[in-house]
Amino acid sequence: MFEFIERHSLLLGLCIFITITIGGVVEVIPSFTENSRPIEGLRPYSALEMAGRQIYIRESCNACHSQLIRPFKSETDRYGSYSLSGEYAYDRPFLWGSRRTGPDLHRIGNYRTTDWHEAHFVNARNVSPGSVMPNFPWFFEDNVDFGTVHAEIITVKKLFGVPYDQGDNPKSGSLEEIKEMAFIEAEAIVKDMKTKAIKEAYDRGEVRDIVAMIAYLNRMK
Amino acid sequence: MSQTDSITDYDYSVAKGFAISTLIWGAVGMSVGLIIALELVFPQLNADLPWLSFNRLRPLHTNAVIFGFTLAGVFASWYYVSQRVLKVRMVLPGVGMFHLILFNLIIVLAAVTLLMGHTQSKEYHELSWWVDILVVVMWLSWGVHIFAMLGARKEKTLYVSIWYYVACFIAVSMLFLINGLAIPTWFVTQTGNWWHSVSMFAGTNDAQVQWWFGHNAVAFVLTVPIIAMSYYFIPKQANQPVYSYRLSLWSFWGLMFVYLWAGPHHMMYSTIPDWVQTLGMVFSLVLIIPSWGSMVNLLLTMSGKWEQLKTDPIAKFLVIGSTFYGFATLEGPIQAIKSVNAIAHFTDWIIGHVHNGTLGWVAFTIIGALYHMVPRMWNTKLYSERLAENQFWIQTLGIVFYFSSMWIAGITQGAMWRTTDQFGSLAYSFLDTVNAMAPYWALRAVGGTLFLAGFFMFFYNIIRTIKGAEAFQLQTGSRPAADSGSLN
Repeated sequence: MFEFIERHSLLLGLCIFITITIGGVVEVIPSFTENSRPIEGLRPYSALEMAGRQIYIRESCNACHSQLIRPFKSETDRYGSYSLSGEYAYDRPFLWGSRRTGPDLHRIGNYRTTDWHEAHFVNARNVSPGSVMPNFPWFFEDNVDFGTVHAEIITVKKLFGVPYDQGDNPKSGSLEEIKEMAFIEAEAIVKDMKTKAIKEAYDRGEVRDIVAMIAYLNRMK
Repeated sequence: MSQTDSITDYDYSVAKGFAISTLIWGAVGMSVGLIIALELVFPQLNADLPWLSFNRLRPLHTNAVIFGFTLAGVFASWYYVSQRVLKVRMVLPGVGMFHLILFNLIIVLAAVTLLMGHTQSKEYHELSWWVDILVVVMWLSWGVHIFAMLGARKEKTLYVSIWYYVACFIAVSMLFLINGLAIPTWFVTQTGNWWHSVSMFAGTNDAQVQWWFGHNAVAFVLTVPIIAMSYYFIPKQANQPVYSYRLSLWSFWGLMFVYLWAGPHHMMYSTIPDWVQTLGMVFSLVLIIPSWGSMVNLLLTMSGKWEQLKTDPIAKFLVIGSTFYGFATLEGPIQAIKSVNAIAHFTDWIIGHVHNGTLGWVAFTIIGALYHMVPRMWNTKLYSERLAENQFWIQTLGIVFYFSSMWIAGITQGAMWRTTDQFGSLAYSFLDTVNAMAPYWALRAVGGTLFLAGFFMFFYNIIRTIKGAEAFQLQTGSRPAADSGSLN
């Protein structure tokens, strides 16, 4: 049988294809629907949080930080209750990470505050001596790109049925409306921050990347 | 093995181009690797610059070495090996040249876009959707060339290397297309960045699809085509046939079937279903059998020729490469055992394991293959065997430093994370466990420096070999290489 396959290249290709397909079909497809269900009360990302999440992705934070608390006592003691599948239902892409050069962040909002993050992003060694995290001064200089936030909110709402505008969930809307909502949301965070330039920028109607980043981190509970 | 005497006019133009690409992207990718290793030792090296920060360089490192260096080496070997074992001169040289140019363009675009922070964030699938499309075109152009060569072949029976190249092409096509499914958001609203996209899958499903891809990208980029190379170059270098045809056959089909089941070992104790985790663990362990089948088969091909290892640096690279394949494919399944994974996951032990495979197996095999191919393609002799010999030992020492430091670092940190005091409270803060890594990260950087230094010796040796071709041909009175390739 094998000798016949070795003499017919298209048949070889077909046999390879069939052989390699089986594993994925058996493992990925059966639980697909169940995996996509959100946990009760899960709220889609607000505009400002989504902006933060896009920055998190841009900077590949997931190269060093996980968002997956495993069901061990040592992990739940350190980070909080273990992660549930339904908590990730609106995560496109997932950001579990594969290496904890820094700590897990899935519930960071429970135990770190806005001003802690602010000092930490200026220089992680300010608050965590011996940390190896880079500084992120550009978070304090660049403004949030709300065009991309708007595009993503509308895309996931239209194509994937993410429940914006339902009940108490965040609203979608036009680019201008999204900007306005994010601006209002940013106020509480800017108030807790210490950097003068951020406050001044906010008073001029600008939202810096750092504000969105902190909004995202504060949401993770 | 093919008898090469009958055909003398091979067309190596594309193979030569990919050989040079291998050198360049290897040097770039490994240099970036050393930079990020040093950034963990000296965080000030991040220099407050976005494009120099660890977080942006890390995906650049993985992409440059996996896709730049490794695939260039694989393609170089394809354009060299396929002509010889299929006994036909290269067909569709235009497609081959298109493949070469587009490949290098993609790697340049990858470097630029990743430094700018354009990423989909999925490991080894970071590139933006529009670069993904170019990757698909590039990949299909290789596929066209593969099947055109197969159609034109004079040797009816396909040599074992060819099975592996075909498998690489088919599997990566499937994995890349499905994992890359994403919606570019600009087309929905006409606002925001045009390169931005959202994944078609969410959360746990996205993770399952990603690691089905991620694990098998390792299989079908870093393993399958490297086995193809070993099956050609080890017998050639030893000048005797593969040890067992039957073993190569069973190992091949075993590997094809089993590999695709092992992905869940990247998601142990995560939110994927428990039965999937268990299945992934079991298949990871089963994977030892076909992996070691290939490894044993390749090593036993040296039977009766072991003396050659004393004097032949090329054989050293190839044989130690396959030996590292054996190490890595035993270490991986051990890490996939759930109770081991509980400690190993998220630690540097995984980084060490990956580099066991990529430095020891992939890079050594590619280096050995290029040392074998380059003098034949340029019709000359190797510039310095002594330099290659020294390179071998320096790089081997580098790998030993690398994996031993990462092994200790990983187990130390994994254990510290779960250590409790007499009251059952966690004994160490996270920061304690980071600070404990300092000596191991420094040792790892030493290992990386040695490996990179060896790579530059390789680079120099190959360039001098190519430059010496004309003098060699004049001296020996041999004819110039079959094609007068522009890279000559």
